[in-house]
Amino acid sequence: MIPPAFEYCAPTSVSEAIGLLKQHGSDAKILSGGMSLIPLLKLRLAAPRFLVDINRLPGLNYITEADGFLKIGALTREAEVERSELVRTKYPILADTAAVIGDPLVRNMATVAGNLAHADPANDHPATMLALDARVVATGPNGERKIPIADFFTGLFTTVLAHDELLTEIQIPVPTAGTSGAYLKLERKVGDFATAAVAVQLTIGQGDVCERAGIGLTNAGPIPVKAKKAEDVLRGRKIDGETIRQAARLAAEESDPKSDLRGSSEYKRDLVRVLTARALHRALERARGGH
Amino acid sequence: MVKEKIRVQVNGSAMEADVEPRMLLVHCIRDVFRLTGTHIGCDTSHCGACTVLLDGKAIKSCTFFAIQANGREVTTVEGLEKDGNLHPVQEGFWQEHGLQCGYCTPGMMICATAFLKENPKPTEDEIRVAISGNLCRCTGYVNIVKAIQYAATKIAAGG
Repeated sequence: MIPPAFEYCAPTSVSEAIGLLKQHGSDAKILSGGMSLIPLLKLRLAAPRFLVDINRLPGLNYITEADGFLKIGALTREAEVERSELVRTKYPILADTAAVIGDPLVRNMATVAGNLAHADPANDHPATMLALDARVVATGPNGERKIPIADFFTGLFTTVLAHDELLTEIQIPVPTAGTSGAYLKLERKVGDFATAAVAVQLTIGQGDVCERAGIGLTNAGPIPVKAKKAEDVLRGRKIDGETIRQAARLAAEESDPKSDLRGSSEYKRDLVRVLTARALHRALERARGGH
Repeated sequence: MVKEKIRVQVNGSAMEADVEPRMLLVHCIRDVFRLTGTHIGCDTSHCGACTVLLDGKAIKSCTFFAIQANGREVTTVEGLEKDGNLHPVQEGFWQEHGLQCGYCTPGMMICATAFLKENPKPTEDEIRVAISGNLCRCTGYVNIVKAIQYAATKIAAGG
């Protein structure tokens, strides 16, 4: 399969990249890892006239804690997140997520930022970032702005990013004591999108009382779903079999999956229930271990 | 469409090509550089038959533009053998019969080569995860895993 013809530029600074995006407007697409965009081009589902390859931008590949946040640069690859000792020990939900995206070769190219900016509700990081209450940094002609992830996705493949803005960094609050999470995904085979997947991040206090719960759902609606009712029902209550069952039921109610080759909407909704319960149990175990 | 000149270090040799930006790396490798060991399988980034190393990292060359490789290093299956000696991974596939039809083999060996550099003493499970982006429809993977274990042992013994 041959993509439609396009003009190509590989800028070497963020300001140059933004200048090109501004100049070409909606004719331009950003090429990052390319693991979603290139297949779309080959299938001719997308036909931008101009590709801005950001892979040569310096200084955008990092995973580091600073100012109370875990900061992930725009060009950080999934494989690097998956292997990061910092991520594996303090942000297991992120390591869970990176490890089930595409396959190992895809993860050598795919970026976390691209996974978010592409805004496919079937992508995995949106749910995880919703559970983590992350925010993203968008850099445009007038400088930077920070966007809470809950405000980021506006529709299928659509975000609040302007044409001349680049998602340059992801910021995740550094977890407090008693905090951990998990991401559970059912996929038919390696490399497939989720039939459904659930991200959970919990903070628990004395006696397993929930101080904070973040729950995100993958492929469960036209945009990534934050299961707010399920989060609310847990807050201030002891997390046990009964509250987990209640939260899981609410998360299933909040999901709105479509029937497709991966299953009927009823099946997927029930899968959300099951995965939410399992992810809560796993997050609870991990959060206890983190005390 | 205007073509652009790219320079790529392929298997240790400097190579040049005039490419349209939309040319996929796998087409450049096969049709321009005439290195046909790299295969095109599914053409949809699932099967891994087109796996090559880009600056030492295994990638699917059907999902990467040749122009992105400008100034970088590419290793294909033809680059594994050195001075007439098979790479330990190649020897492993031979000794353990890690192939039947052979179509996935170049991608499988390239993937295994990069993996063993990162993880020289892998468990069987780690090997199976590492090759989970490379599909084989003949072997059932058993002998491929054995081939990679053979290579790991051989490399550990000094290659």
